[in-house]
Amino acid sequence: MSAIRQFWRTGPRRDPNTIAYIVLIVCGALLPAFLQVFLSGTSTFWLTVFGDMGVYILLAIGLNVVVGLAGLLDLGYAAFFAIGAYTYAMLASEHGVVTPLHQAIHVPFWIVLLVAMFVAASFGVILGAPTLRLRGDYLAIVTLGFGEIVPRVFKNAAVWTSGANGVSALDIPSLPAWIQGPWSGDPFAIVQDFKILAPLAYYVIMFILLILCVILVRNLHRSRLGRAWMAVREDEVAAAAMGVNTVATKLYAFAIGAAFSGFAGTYYAAKLSLVSPENFGFSVSITILVMVVLGGMGNIPGVITGSIVIYSVIFILLPQLPDYATGLVQSVGLSGLTQSSGDYPGIGEFISRLKFLVFGLILVVTMLLRPQGLLPSRQREQELTKGVHEDTTIVDVTAETA
Amino acid sequence: MGTIGDAIRQRRSVLRAGVTGLALNAALILLIAAFLLVLLQRVVEHGPSFFLQILAFALANGGIYALIALGYTMVYGIIELINFAHGDVFAFGAFLSASIIPVVGLAEGQSFGVGSALGLLVVFVVTMFVCGVLNVSIERIAYRPLRNAPRLAPLITAVGVSFFLEGALFLWKGPSNVHYPNILPSTGFEIFGATLGVKEIIVIVTSVVLMVALAIFVDRTRLGKAMRATAQDRDAALLMGIDIDQTIAATFFIGALLAGAGGTMFGLYYNTSVFDLGFSAGLFAFTAAVFGGIGNIYGAAIGGMFIGIIRSFWDGYFDSAWTDVVIFAILILTLVFRPTGIMGMRVPEK
Repeated sequence: MSAIRQFWRTGPRRDPNTIAYIVLIVCGALLPAFLQVFLSGTSTFWLTVFGDMGVYILLAIGLNVVVGLAGLLDLGYAAFFAIGAYTYAMLASEHGVVTPLHQAIHVPFWIVLLVAMFVAASFGVILGAPTLRLRGDYLAIVTLGFGEIVPRVFKNAAVWTSGANGVSALDIPSLPAWIQGPWSGDPFAIVQDFKILAPLAYYVIMFILLILCVILVRNLHRSRLGRAWMAVREDEVAAAAMGVNTVATKLYAFAIGAAFSGFAGTYYAAKLSLVSPENFGFSVSITILVMVVLGGMGNIPGVITGSIVIYSVIFILLPQLPDYATGLVQSVGLSGLTQSSGDYPGIGEFISRLKFLVFGLILVVTMLLRPQGLLPSRQREQELTKGVHEDTTIVDVTAETA
Repeated sequence: MGTIGDAIRQRRSVLRAGVTGLALNAALILLIAAFLLVLLQRVVEHGPSFFLQILAFALANGGIYALIALGYTMVYGIIELINFAHGDVFAFGAFLSASIIPVVGLAEGQSFGVGSALGLLVVFVVTMFVCGVLNVSIERIAYRPLRNAPRLAPLITAVGVSFFLEGALFLWKGPSNVHYPNILPSTGFEIFGATLGVKEIIVIVTSVVLMVALAIFVDRTRLGKAMRATAQDRDAALLMGIDIDQTIAATFFIGALLAGAGGTMFGLYYNTSVFDLGFSAGLFAFTAAVFGGIGNIYGAAIGGMFIGIIRSFWDGYFDSAWTDVVIFAILILTLVFRPTGIMGMRVPEK
């Protein structure tokens, strides 16, 4: 174990992230087949779940640009997600008929992906331009305020958005052609004008989107802009002195982060075929932030790992826990515990009431054990521990002279 | 090399910044003036008694927000942490006091005399103390070990503690609204046609007394001085012989005392509580703290009152569906025009 750790830390001059990327890509690509073989009965359900997980991974990658690379704390990231989702709802459904436009708009999914990206990025610029001069946590509060305003505006502007009911029956994305085969339980064929309905198709689209976005962010990270982001993150004054245009740099981070969110929002809306203001609250922003920080800020494989872990805990593990507990209690012959009596609501309900508590506990314990995140950026980790090493060398020197 | 040219250019840019600032301020003042004009028209339309009624609600509401905001601002001032769990400590205070009320022999419907007042005092003191102990333990377990960790790590544990407390309250009283015993007299005084309830008077007076006590404490006592010193420069304070850990713990304790009192008053005033009460109340109280200039206790008090006033007046005179949007929009505008809040001073980034 320690040998592995040693290799991970100091090993050959190869980015340990390469291993993480390979593992992630292989697992991601083999997952549908794996589900088909081992969980054939419920494989479509699990594919849906993993497709939704992809939305959160995409959001976390986007937020990582803002928080991890540029060091700007954004507590209202879900607002851009909402803007992306509503862009799709407005541009690709029959809903236009009941708005003052009296005209349904049907723009293809693939075009809306790009449009939503630009719309969300524009909102990022609109919010960022006047506020990016604010320092540190004041910026965080502005984003928090924005994140609270956007869903409420969508809720209150009922003439345009149907208010709390949301917009439903959004267009189903379609492709001009699609190859089907035994992996989706059909014979080999090339289908023309393919309506994307199957969870497998959504999973594949998300997988491809994710790969594209990871490549994009990785390249950005290594570009001039990426270095400017890191410079601003570490010391804004020093970065400005070195000729970095700090406002433009931060604005780019905000806009690019928002663009990813718009991307994710469009996909989410198309997959769910429904948008409602309830789905974009503060808790979503916080969940994404937790994914980024817990995974390891600034490091893409870390952020992806963080999203997978947190998503699995919140949306897979915790909801399943009550049924599991009920089953366990019954199998050991204590079925009396499943009955509710007085204040005690029965084991299933009791466990389901525990879920907030358990999630909070997991966050606190993980953060206490690994404040730098599960899979931190190697460069950043070295920066953080550098001072410690220097101290030890100083002690060694005095020991020798003594 | 061109020092004079540089100086002129610099002077010009300062001037330009001044002119832009002036234009922005003028725009803001125009906006506020326009809003006040519309408000005035509505106030006249609805008559003076309605105005006084709303004002009473606003001050009671604002007093509770101010008490919570003080805890946020004190903690932020001393360790630069947005203590997300603070709102949930407030909610815990509401739940706890509801359970203590029957223990000290207070019940709904009985007449409110000197004995009840003493009982209520006991409820306040016990709730505040328990909240204080809870907050100090939170600091000890979840924040202190991370004091030198990356900046966002304690923020995430704060979110975790917030979820934990909400989960505990959920487990305790379940998901629906919980009735809070209505023990204060529902009578009031008629003033110009408006009813000033005994409840409002108690809430307003208590919150003002607590805030004045806090101000005196921070200004006049040794511990208060230690807090101010630690907030200003932790290392220098350490060199002056201040026990940093103890001072920070004391700050959390005092912040939670106020939150506990706020929770009790919220319950007494609204007669209801719910497990995620701390979430929304905390969000608005935090907004109030930022609005007043985070780190500044006078700012938090004023900010809390201001948020209470905006909330009640918008609810009363305009469409209440937009109240939250208005509050957050005002917050953003305030920060754009006065980047450190209305009472804030420019503090160096640490």
